[in-house]
Amino acid sequence: MSSAYMDNNATTRVDPRVLETILPYFSEYYGNPSSMHSFGGDVGKRLEEARASVQALLGVEHDSEIIFTSCGTESDNTAILSALAIQPSRREIITSVVEHPAILSLCDHLERHEGYKVHYIPVDRLGRISMEAYAAALSEQVAIVSMMYANNETGTIFPVETMARMAKEKGALFHTDAVQAVGKIVLNMQESAIDMLSLSGHKLHAPKGIGALYVRRGTRYRPMLRGGHQERGRRAGTENTTGIIALGLAADMALEHMEYENTVVRALRDRLEAGILAQVPYAFANGDPEHRLPNTSSISFEYIEGEAILMLLSRVGIAASSGSACTSGSLEPSHVLRAMDIPYTAAHGTIRFSLSRETTEAEVDWVIAQTPPIVEQLRRLSPYWGANGPILTDNAFAPVYA
Amino acid sequence: MWDYTDKVKDYFFNPKNTGVLEDANAVGEVGSISCGDALRLMLKVDPDTDVILDARFQTFGCGSAIASSSALTELIKGKTLDEALKITNQDIAEFLGGLPPEKMHCSVMGAEALHAAIANYRGEDWADDHEEGALVCKCFAIDSALIEKVARENHLSTVEEITFYTKAGGGCQSCHEQIEDILAAVNGSAPLPVVAAKPAAKAAPAPMTMVQKIQKISAVIDEMRPQFQMDGGNIELVDVDGDTVMVAMSGSCMNCQSSGITISGIQERLMLTLGRPVRVVPASMPQAVGA
Repeated sequence: MSSAYMDNNATTRVDPRVLETILPYFSEYYGNPSSMHSFGGDVGKRLEEARASVQALLGVEHDSEIIFTSCGTESDNTAILSALAIQPSRREIITSVVEHPAILSLCDHLERHEGYKVHYIPVDRLGRISMEAYAAALSEQVAIVSMMYANNETGTIFPVETMARMAKEKGALFHTDAVQAVGKIVLNMQESAIDMLSLSGHKLHAPKGIGALYVRRGTRYRPMLRGGHQERGRRAGTENTTGIIALGLAADMALEHMEYENTVVRALRDRLEAGILAQVPYAFANGDPEHRLPNTSSISFEYIEGEAILMLLSRVGIAASSGSACTSGSLEPSHVLRAMDIPYTAAHGTIRFSLSRETTEAEVDWVIAQTPPIVEQLRRLSPYWGANGPILTDNAFAPVYA
Repeated sequence: MWDYTDKVKDYFFNPKNTGVLEDANAVGEVGSISCGDALRLMLKVDPDTDVILDARFQTFGCGSAIASSSALTELIKGKTLDEALKITNQDIAEFLGGLPPEKMHCSVMGAEALHAAIANYRGEDWADDHEEGALVCKCFAIDSALIEKVARENHLSTVEEITFYTKAGGGCQSCHEQIEDILAAVNGSAPLPVVAAKPAAKAAPAPMTMVQKIQKISAVIDEMRPQFQMDGGNIELVDVDGDTVMVAMSGSCMNCQSSGITISGIQERLMLTLGRPVRVVPASMPQAVGA
């Protein structure tokens, strides 16, 4: 049976070259890079090479601006907590309503338990940030602005450079969660106004459990983890040597494939989206068509529910994800779709297809062939769907409680 | 992905009794598109014998919602309406070999649609007793509404007490922060209501009288009492309100780490004896004089 992995925004496969490279660092060169003996082999040197590779991918001026962490979430938390710690007199934070929980949960905590005022900037129907609301929220009271580079569910890209420059005018620090953007968008931090940037290894074919935080030289910083001297005392804890070496190689490969991502992968994504929408009525793509990651397609199928779609897709070997409530155990569709005001008829039936450089044309065609009949099958089961399409409008189905 | 049983998967992938039942004379509709699941249950009832001759469904919802709907139709076909009314959401879940705690609401939706359809056939009004609240404790499927209610009625102020009273937070403990937030909201704000609101009466007639029911519950508790006394404690029936059974535990039982498990043990025994779902809630005894 054919199969298709279309869930690369959730995580990617570790590139076989990356895996092969790191295996000896589990079995032979397992020494601690801080030790004086030689069981560490050349591991200390390899860590610095990896740092240089990440430096190149981000277009960073100094390699000491890269701090290795355990994941994107740790990078996000470290950045915000550091910014607050160094500016005790500034008691406000600005973020967006569509951030990853790594940011939103922390902001919610800081608001409720630490007395910070948090401005949540809304988005429009296409997921575009309201620049008016952002400008209005900025002030000398703001310690840090944290805005995602690109949204994980819809792929919508925020104008973070412009926003960072606006923050600078008010003396606020600017952090971006670029977990979905790194490796898909050309970055040049040397020319940027962004102060801090988070990335995660497993979104670009490195293993899970490795991330990095870029901190611009000259930005005051307070570590979240204290202990050892590792990462120049900015992130204590024995280095995840295999993870760091893997991330370095993955960064090299991401840089090599940057053009491929933006041409071939983008064309495959467009083909997938157009192929499905041409066959399925009452379906539409979400996000900002002008500014969108090249690999992401979020499609809403009206009058059916996402988890049911995913189960049927999974049965024909297709891996995707949904913004639906039922996959997460909550009762509401994802906060991103709700923030975009996607109608309830569609939000519950939204599926995210996310491609990578490993995605093939055959996989895309398999998804195009399999998806329409699955949607049709579920609509036949739905009380909101009649022989001639939706029957919601004429009140034919109005349950006891709503 | 959820850890669905093979039977859930089978009833989702190959659902039985789907589509419109043209000559249905009993229709129950529950849920809504904004809630993420909705079910229309259609029955053909023999007017002379009250036997359900045919049942079909249409469902908007996740895999377990569709499987639960289909399971329901299989369970009720051939039964009389009175027999069908005895089917609970637990029966639907059991038929499917169990559902993940987060998905139990799918079986509840099935039971509600059945009650609505039968009320529709009998020309009665059906009022749902749907308790909407965010799921807090995923290990024991306890929602915020229940935690809030129990906290208010029993003047609870710590997570530990909530765990003793409801089981919430007694598993992986990852919801403790959420429970603390609920407690803060309950204890910091609204004054306690003087009179607790009585839940609306069920449309379906109960198969046994209240007196019979209380006698049966008392018997079960009497039967289990020696176990409590062996551990240096005791248990008393305080009140019965619909399907909620309030018990008071005293002595070492009260502080016992496993009282949550004890409560669920009593609950299981009661459900077996009564043949219907009940919820056992710890309550305090009316103050004893001179204690």
